[in-house]
Amino acid sequence: MNLTLKIWRQSDAKSQGKIVDYQVKGIEGDMSFLEMLDVLNEQLINKGEDPVVFDHDCREGICGACSLQINGEPHGPDRLVTTCQLHMRMFKDGDTIYIEPFRAKAFPVIKDLMVDRSSFDRIQHAGGYISVNTSGNTIDANAIPVNKDDADSAFEAATCIGCGACVAACKNASAMLFTSAKVSQFALLPQGKIEATDRVLAMVNQMDEEGFGNCTNTGACEIECPKGISLENIARMNREYLKASLKG
Amino acid sequence: MGGLIKSSIARKVAMALSGLFLVFFLLQHFTINLTSIFSAEIFNELSHFMGTNPLVQFALQPVLIFGVVFHFVMGFVLEIKNRNARAVNYAKYNGGANASWMSRNMIYSGLVVLAFLGLHFYDFWIPEMVHKYVEFAPEDAMRYYPELLHKFESPIRTGIYVISFVFLALHLWHGFASSFQSVGFNNKYSIAATKFAKAFSIIIPLGFIIVSLVLHFTH
Repeated sequence: MNLTLKIWRQSDAKSQGKIVDYQVKGIEGDMSFLEMLDVLNEQLINKGEDPVVFDHDCREGICGACSLQINGEPHGPDRLVTTCQLHMRMFKDGDTIYIEPFRAKAFPVIKDLMVDRSSFDRIQHAGGYISVNTSGNTIDANAIPVNKDDADSAFEAATCIGCGACVAACKNASAMLFTSAKVSQFALLPQGKIEATDRVLAMVNQMDEEGFGNCTNTGACEIECPKGISLENIARMNREYLKASLKG
Repeated sequence: MGGLIKSSIARKVAMALSGLFLVFFLLQHFTINLTSIFSAEIFNELSHFMGTNPLVQFALQPVLIFGVVFHFVMGFVLEIKNRNARAVNYAKYNGGANASWMSRNMIYSGLVVLAFLGLHFYDFWIPEMVHKYVEFAPEDAMRYYPELLHKFESPIRTGIYVISFVFLALHLWHGFASSFQSVGFNNKYSIAATKFAKAFSIIIPLGFIIVSLVLHFTH
């Protein structure tokens, strides 16, 4: 298929960016979206032009590196997939596709479609850990009984790959789904109880300091999340936060 | 506790709680309005009670006004903060693909409701305050129903009221149900609670519309 691409080009963080039109030909439906961009970049390199910069790593949907706002949706029109798993069969010959970076003040553009998502790392650093004695007498985690429902919910929360699609989808650029998943994966387990109060306060505080917007429960994050992280995590974080605020 | 005031979650909970309070008020307001189409006497009696009871006048009324002002001021503050959280807008944004129109446009439905409140205060609350606390007019327990009918004589005013109630329904459709999520209530009862909230957000504004139209067309 032949496509018209409208791609955000921005030479560095300080420059003004703009949408630039490109034509790509001979795209197969079995190609992934990133492979289609590889084709475009080969064309650009052959012409001596600057290739389009975009994030990617594992290309199998588990690393959270790839991003891209495709036709107004993070990771494109398919559900429960990352951009690297998005097949070109989702589009048809003659389509015009808008490709933009994930947009949020807390995700500044580095170049073209690549954004700096280190704000997520700082939220994790603020409290996304548990204290474990690793001095040689570590207790096997499986030795501690955990309720099956809690274990399943914690596991589901832990499948968040931190790609930032929730922020990109949200009209308020809120990071509540990401932060709540990272809070929930510990809050539900006995190992996470020790730092529960400090964790939720520190992570929410860091989230606010990074300049993310406020959640208004539109639910866009849950729909667009490639891992299907549930809004239940946000409700849980709200409860944990209120409990911790009143306690601390 | 200090951080609670500034935190995004506290603001969200405050919006939800003030909204829930206003939902209770709407139910009470609607119940009294509904009596007007069945019995002028009961309407007069209830209105007289609400207009003269010191607890309602000097305790509940200020709390209500604070609740309304807080809800819309906080709504504006959050809207500005949220817009600032995305410095550059998308060239193409397909919001309809993942969220309802109502959830994405609370600020606009809220603005219409706020504008309506201005008209509603001009129509009823300000004349009431002038009557009681400026002119110190003698109390007449039978005056409320004729005053109500007088206001709904105008087809334009009735039309504006009806349109405003439609926007109230749109605002409640997202606001009421999502307030449960905001306060951390998301469990096996959530589906039933959401259904109740959605039904409420249709039935109460529709009820207000019916009362307005009945008062306009039957007198």
